[in-house]
Amino acid sequence: MSEAQIRLSGIERVFHLGDSEVHALSALNLTIAAGEYVAVMGPSGSGKSTLLNLLGLLDRPDAGRYFLEGRDVSALSPEEQALVRSRRIGFVFQSFHLVPRLTAFDNIALPMMLAGVSPKEREVRVARALKDYGLEDRAGHRPEELSGGQRQRVAIARATIMEPAMILADEPTGNLDRATGDEVVHLLEGLNSRGVTLIVVTHDPGIGSRAKRQLLMEDGQLRHDSASTRVNPE
Amino acid sequence: MRAPDLLRFASHAATGKPLRTSLLILSVAIGVAAVVVLTALGDGARRYVMNEFSSLGSNLVIVLPGRSQTGGFNPANAITGTPRDLTINDALALQRGGSIRRVSPIAVGTSEISVGGRLREVMVAGTTSQYVEVRHLDISQGSFLPEEDWGRAAPVAVIGAKVREEMFGALPAVGRLVRVGDRRVRIVGVLASGGQGLGMNTDELVFVPVALAQAMFNSNTLFRIMVEAKNREEIPAAKAQALEILKIRHEGEEDVTVITQDAVLATFDRLLSALTLGVAGIAAISLAVAGILVMNVMLVSVAQRTGEIGLLKALGATGRDIRLAFLAEAAMLSLVGALAGFLLGQAGAAAIRHFYPSFPAYAPDWAVAAGLFTALSAGILFGVLPARRAALLDPVQALAKR
Repeated sequence: MSEAQIRLSGIERVFHLGDSEVHALSALNLTIAAGEYVAVMGPSGSGKSTLLNLLGLLDRPDAGRYFLEGRDVSALSPEEQALVRSRRIGFVFQSFHLVPRLTAFDNIALPMMLAGVSPKEREVRVARALKDYGLEDRAGHRPEELSGGQRQRVAIARATIMEPAMILADEPTGNLDRATGDEVVHLLEGLNSRGVTLIVVTHDPGIGSRAKRQLLMEDGQLRHDSASTRVNPE
Repeated sequence: MRAPDLLRFASHAATGKPLRTSLLILSVAIGVAAVVVLTALGDGARRYVMNEFSSLGSNLVIVLPGRSQTGGFNPANAITGTPRDLTINDALALQRGGSIRRVSPIAVGTSEISVGGRLREVMVAGTTSQYVEVRHLDISQGSFLPEEDWGRAAPVAVIGAKVREEMFGALPAVGRLVRVGDRRVRIVGVLASGGQGLGMNTDELVFVPVALAQAMFNSNTLFRIMVEAKNREEIPAAKAQALEILKIRHEGEEDVTVITQDAVLATFDRLLSALTLGVAGIAAISLAVAGILVMNVMLVSVAQRTGEIGLLKALGATGRDIRLAFLAEAAMLSLVGALAGFLLGQAGAAAIRHFYPSFPAYAPDWAVAAGLFTALSAGILFGVLPARRAALLDPVQALAKR
């Protein structure tokens, strides 16, 4: 394998809460290859969400470098980072984060609208996505008229519509019951099987164990990496 | 983000909160409507006064007895004292002026008109046949005073429309004999109604030959001499000639005042234009208030939509996209408000014209343009701060806020 898709080196992220400093991430080194399926687990406050935000370029490290597909993206300007988010990264959130006043169709089309894709092409791609995710008869519905599972399917359709290289999912099943949660996980795994890198932050060990690689975070540090133990048993 | 998408997104965001949006539009609309209506009133007043003066007759130069200029005490004044009166001969002499087309003397007094047991107090104006042309009056029945020697006191009269109505009702007036003061005169004509002139409504006047009026009031002085210049360009020349001729006739003393309608008009025009500008300024304050309201509402909107802003950033929106979306929303709200206010204001002005038909309440174009422009620029200007705030939001915190 040539260059890893994601390479973090010496990442530090410090939050200031009043007088005290909280090291959300410290001395973090991590490489993830293209097409991997990674679960990030750990207790609350262990830094897993901060890690996901950094990977998604929503947050900047205080120190260290982040190489995405060989390019140091931590040094890019906010506008350039927005472009990277638009083309390479898809987000799936625990609370779906759909725009309440927009229909399912418009929510899915949102990233393409922001990227300036022509309305004609948007039409075609959203129609295909609606079909792929079984939402054809829900195109004109607003989020409040959809079930939880349907909402998360809309969110996944939105995350994949720009055909990103990786999907970052933050507790994607957190607000769903078991059955719909499984359905959503299968959808995400289906994307991964087609070559998209999938990084899932989760509390749920059942979902975490399905991933091919598990990362265990604790106090801002990587406690356990199933990949490295296999390579480097202690 | 493409421009049509930007506009659609912004309008979606605006219509998503109908009450908030319509109140905001209303506030901008009231501001613009205030500008339109108030300037329509101010400019309407200006036009009204202009019309009143124009109906005096165009190219008019008015000669008044006496000097309007104030001077210090001068012993010479004490001796020569009272200014000379204007006489019919003065008026006749004015006809020699090269730039003067017509001259019409006026002597006025109050008297009574009576016919068939009806009696009414009227203002009697003694003048000549040319007065009707000088003042552009319309005759509805019969004819105006006959063309004749100014010194001849023919026992004829022309009455105003209101006098005719009150004295004769439905009966014919022309040809009837009436008593004016202690004279018996024959009515030869009736003026059309609506002839207006400041302070002198011809509807309530009785015109008689100038010599008859002077005999009636036992005086040989004139109230005014109306002089019509040959054309607009010759008004100053006519004024100078009138002064010159009367100065010679009055033994070298300039004891008359000559005013031109243009000078009076220009003064009123300036005064009332300043008034219009003043009320426009006052109305513009309400627009500034509306602008601040736009800012406040947009700030609240940014606070309410932090989650959405974070999401848009996560989906690849740049700070510029978000700034533009919020600016477009503010601009759109103020544009719709401005247009609504424009229609509202024009409707208000139309209502004023409907209820006061003689009052030309049209908002001047500059005021309409300035009102619309101020509303738009205030909306956009006050939209900048909220838009900047939205664009600078930290996406992580914005997303966490949901």
